[in-house]
Amino acid sequence: MSEQLLQTACCDWHAAHNGRMVDFAGWNMPVQYTTITEEHQAVRTAAGLFDIAHMGRLKFTGPDACRFLDRIVTNDVAKLNVGDIRYALVTNEQGGILDDVLVYRFEDCYFLVVNASNRLKIVDWIGQHQSGFNFAMEDLTQSHFMLAIQGPRALAIATPLLGNDPAELKYYTGTETTVQGEWGIVSRTGYTGEDGCEIIVPTSRGLALWEALIEAGREHGLLPTGLGCRDTLRLEAAMPLYGHELNESIDPYTAGLAFGVKLNAAEFIGRDAVAAAKARTDRPKRVGLELEGRRIAREHTLVYSGDRQTGEVTSGTFSPTLQKPIAMAYVAPQDAEPGTVLEVDLRGKRLPAKVVKLPFYSRG
Amino acid sequence: MDPASLKYAPSHEWIHVDGDIATIGISEFAVHQLTDLVFIELPEVGRTLEPGDDFGVVESVKAVSDLYAPVAGEVTEVNSSLEDNLDPLTDDPFGAGWIIKLKVTDASGLDQLMDQAAYQAHCAAEEH
Repeated sequence: MSEQLLQTACCDWHAAHNGRMVDFAGWNMPVQYTTITEEHQAVRTAAGLFDIAHMGRLKFTGPDACRFLDRIVTNDVAKLNVGDIRYALVTNEQGGILDDVLVYRFEDCYFLVVNASNRLKIVDWIGQHQSGFNFAMEDLTQSHFMLAIQGPRALAIATPLLGNDPAELKYYTGTETTVQGEWGIVSRTGYTGEDGCEIIVPTSRGLALWEALIEAGREHGLLPTGLGCRDTLRLEAAMPLYGHELNESIDPYTAGLAFGVKLNAAEFIGRDAVAAAKARTDRPKRVGLELEGRRIAREHTLVYSGDRQTGEVTSGTFSPTLQKPIAMAYVAPQDAEPGTVLEVDLRGKRLPAKVVKLPFYSRG
Repeated sequence: MDPASLKYAPSHEWIHVDGDIATIGISEFAVHQLTDLVFIELPEVGRTLEPGDDFGVVESVKAVSDLYAPVAGEVTEVNSSLEDNLDPLTDDPFGAGWIIKLKVTDASGLDQLMDQAAYQAHCAAEEH
């Protein structure tokens, strides 16, 4: 089985360092090396190093690259300055979310970073809609490696290896620079709710970069960190995850992602449907739930207001930072006010679940 | 408990029988697979169990896992200290992390269980 899985530049390193490897969207990836809780705390208090080379990296060049991206994503690509990075959704004609993505603008090209689980779908979608646009798309996912270093010590660890000072990059900007003396991309981005950066280099240099960061991070308390704590970290930070909070039948407004939509910019696919969704007042709302005790309300757990089912949990975990069970759920709009006490059905037992403001955690 | 002297169920419970009292826990392999334990639900003392009955739940950040009775019996004791602190289950699953004690009413289920060697092979197969 494992020979059919895609491997990042660091796959063997992970396996050799106690990484518990799983098939994640067709990639052989580490869930954890020690425990999810320990790795989670390392990111919140020091730093963590994530192999995220499974994320799709698509490069767009040519005269219509910008116009085409504006056709397929909800944000305003034409407005991006060189170095800007924006969160956006790719929507279908019905306004449902096909993927959530980051759009990068560089001097002579654009990058789209897409979810591993959606890469082939999005490549296909691009193929279906490229007619009439003059651009070229190159899938760099396997030729290039990507990592994230996240946490309060992340920039201090990474900076000596970089040709620029990432602390001078504004949040959600990036630049082409040197990484260990050769070409690479550094961006002030992440998926953990902590400061840090993400780095792209050719796959041939991925392992050397990884090992250099592990070495440089040792005295700072950096740990290699797996997909397990990536999930608990993003959940505390209330960032949606495709396949959980997002899918093809959820529109960007229901998902609470209005900041990624510019209805008055270009006419993206699904714009009319997304605009109609915005106008609806009966949309379910994405909320945070906090439970008492220690039981976790997991995905698909039903949420009740009295006898009325009001919604369903999309992600749940035990928050290592708050030391209590947390969840995100979609509930009816009248039940979404913070402070409202709802109930979750945990295997036949009703437990109170309080609606709380998102995010559960934001760095001080 | 010496792990070599225990019997194991495919669902990763271990059992140690002394006279008519059985002590039951979950294996180190199971604890390692779960990691990050957050919650345990224990049965009431006095409850009678048939082989295969679920008698509790162990929950970790990643997964929730039912506990199954390997033999028939009546619950005589539960390790209620685990409800406040799951560390013994993580650190010493074959000792301080025991979960329940049963007064065995029918020991025939024991013959279906694995010895340590068979159980290790079972775990190795499950990992791949």
